[in-house]
Amino acid sequence: MMGHVVLRITIKILFAPIILFALYVQFHGDYGPGGGFQAGVIFAVAFIMHALGFGIDKTKQALPPKVLPAIMVSGVLLYALTGVWSMFYGGNFLDYDLIQPDSHHHAGQHIGIILVEFGVGLAVASTMLTVFYHFAGREPEIADEDW
Amino acid sequence: MSIAPGLEHLPALPVVIPMIAAPVALLMRPGTTPWLWASIVSWVTLICTIMLLDQVWHSGPIVYEMGGWAAPLGITYYIDLANALVMLLVAAMASVVFPYARTSVEAEIDRRQIPAFYTALLICMTGLLGVAATGDAFNVFVFLEISSLSTYALVAMGARKDRRALTAAFNYLIMGTIGATFYVIGLGLLYQSTGTLNLLDLHEQLANQENKVVEAGFAFIVTGIGLKLAMVPLHLWLPNAYCFAPSAISAFLAATATKVQIYLMLRYVFTVFGFEFPFLEVALNAFLILGITGMFYASIVAVFRDNVKQMLAYSSIAQIGYMLLGISFGTVDGVAASLIHVFNHGLMKAALFMGVGCVVLRLGSSHFHAFKGLAKRMPWTAWGLILSGLSLVGVPPTVGFISKFQLMEAAFQTSTFISPLLVVLLIGASSLLAAVYIGRLIYAMVLEQPPEGAEKITEAPYTMRAALWLMVIANFYFFFHTDLTVDVAHQAAESLICTSAGCGGAY
Repeated sequence: MMGHVVLRITIKILFAPIILFALYVQFHGDYGPGGGFQAGVIFAVAFIMHALGFGIDKTKQALPPKVLPAIMVSGVLLYALTGVWSMFYGGNFLDYDLIQPDSHHHAGQHIGIILVEFGVGLAVASTMLTVFYHFAGREPEIADEDW
Repeated sequence: MSIAPGLEHLPALPVVIPMIAAPVALLMRPGTTPWLWASIVSWVTLICTIMLLDQVWHSGPIVYEMGGWAAPLGITYYIDLANALVMLLVAAMASVVFPYARTSVEAEIDRRQIPAFYTALLICMTGLLGVAATGDAFNVFVFLEISSLSTYALVAMGARKDRRALTAAFNYLIMGTIGATFYVIGLGLLYQSTGTLNLLDLHEQLANQENKVVEAGFAFIVTGIGLKLAMVPLHLWLPNAYCFAPSAISAFLAATATKVQIYLMLRYVFTVFGFEFPFLEVALNAFLILGITGMFYASIVAVFRDNVKQMLAYSSIAQIGYMLLGISFGTVDGVAASLIHVFNHGLMKAALFMGVGCVVLRLGSSHFHAFKGLAKRMPWTAWGLILSGLSLVGVPPTVGFISKFQLMEAAFQTSTFISPLLVVLLIGASSLLAAVYIGRLIYAMVLEQPPEGAEKITEAPYTMRAALWLMVIANFYFFFHTDLTVDVAHQAAESLICTSAGCGGAY
C-alpha cells in the first residue's frame, strides 16, 4: 500500500484538472479545435489513470461498470433526438436553426452543435471506459458461459 | 409539393428510426423484449421504405438536405429508384429475419448478450440503409464502417457454438478494414482533384479530368468496394464469416450486406465516373473476367464443401459473379439484370440460410450428415430448402429463372471482347454447377436415409418456419409479379446510366 506514493499523489492532483480540461475541450468545441471525441477520450483518461494507480477495483467502486451502458445510450440518444427535435419544428434532420428560429446570429446552430457534441462526448467517454474495464478486468481463463 | 406533412422526411426516416431504436435495445432485459422491439422497428422501417419507393416511382428522385445545408457543401440524401430498391430489400430482409431470429438466437448466443445482439443488428441495418440512402461520398464511408463494425461483432457472437467464429470475425475485420481504407484513399485522391464529396457533384467535376490521380482514385475505390462485396480474388473473408456466424446473421448478411456494396459499385462506376471516363472500360473488362471466374471457381468449390452453410457462402460468391457480369456489360439491360439479381438473390439466400438455421437449431450442426433424410424428419424445413434451392439454380417458376433470363437476354445484346453466345453458354454452364451442389443437398435430404438410431426430432418453431416459408413464397410470387423487380430495376438502371453519358450505354 505504501508503494508508488509519488505516482499516486500525482494522479490525485491531476485527476480534477484533467476532467476540467475535458470539459473545456468539450464546450469549446463549437468555437475552436476540440469537440466530443477528444473530450470523451480525455475524460476517460482521468479514470484510466486512476485505475492504473489505485487498481481497477477502486475505480470500479467510483464509477461502476453497470452505469456505463446507460451513459453510452443517453449520449447516442441525445445526438439523435436533437436531430429529431428539429424535424418536429418543420426543418430537416439536424437542422439546428430551428431550435432558435428568431435568433439573428444563429444561436440555434450553437445550441444544436453543443448538444450533439455533448452526446458524442458522453458516448465516447463511456465506450472508452467500457473497453478499458473489459480488457483490464479480464480473467486469465474464461469460463464457457462467457462465450 | 403535394405530399402529406411529415412525409418530406421519408428519405431520412429509414436511417434515423433504427439508429434511435438501437441504443434503446441495449437497455432492455435479456429475453424477448429486445427481439420484439427490433422486429417492430424493422416493420416500421419497411413501411417507410415502401412509401419511399412509391414516392420515387411517382415523382422522381428526391433530394434531402441534412441539417438544411444545401449540396455540394452539406450532406444530402439522394434517392432515386436504384437506392430505393436496395433500401426496400434491406428493410424487407430485416423485417423477415428479425422475427425469425428469436429462438435461433436464444439457442446460439449467450443470454446476457441478447440485448447487445439486437443493438448490433439494428446498427448494422442503420449502416446498410445509410450507405444506400446517402448521396455524399464520405458519408458512404461512415455508414460502411457503421455496418461493418457491427457485423464483425455479430459474426464473433457465433463463438459460443464454435470458437472458429472468432478467427472468422478477425479475418473479416482485417479484410474489411483494408477494403474501407482503400475506399478512403481513393476518395482522398478524388477529393484532392475535385474539391467535392457530393456524388453528383463529383461526376460533374470529374468530367474534364483525365489524369493519373483520378485513375488511381478510381482503382482504389473499385478495389476497396470489390473487397467489401467479395469479388473473386478478394473473397476470402466471406465463407468463414457466413459459416460461423449465428444462423440469423448469416441469413441477414447474405441477403443484404454484399448487395448494398453492389449498389455502391454501380453508383461509382456509372453515376460518378460514367462512360466519358476512359479508364472505365478497363474496370468493366476486369468485372467480366472476374465475374466469370467467380461463377465457376466458387461454384466448383461449393460442390465439394461438406458444411452446408459454407457451401451456400461459396454459392453467394458465385452469385456475386453474375451481378458483376451484369455490370460489365455496361448497358441498361445488363445493369438492370444485375439489380434484379441483387433483389432475387436476396430472397433465395435468405430462405436457404433460414432453412439451414432451422436445422442447426434442431440438430446442432450444418454438416451434410445432419441433412440426411431430413425430408422425413423435418418436412417443412426440408421442402422450404428444396424449393428455394431450385430458385437458386434458376428453375421456373421461381425468381432465379427471371434473374438468369434477364442476364442472358442482356448478354446477347452486348459486344464485349468475349462473344455474347459464349457468355450465355457460360452462364448456363455455371447454373448447371449450381444444380450439382443443390442437387447434392436435395439428394441427401430426400433420398438418403436418416442415420441408424437417430432420435425423433420436432420441427422448427412456428415463427422460424413462417419466416422461411414467407421467403419461399416470395421466391414464387416475384416470378409472376415482376413489376417490382423487372420494371423498377430497368427504370433504376436507366436513371443510373442516364446521369452519366446519355441513355443506352456506350460500350
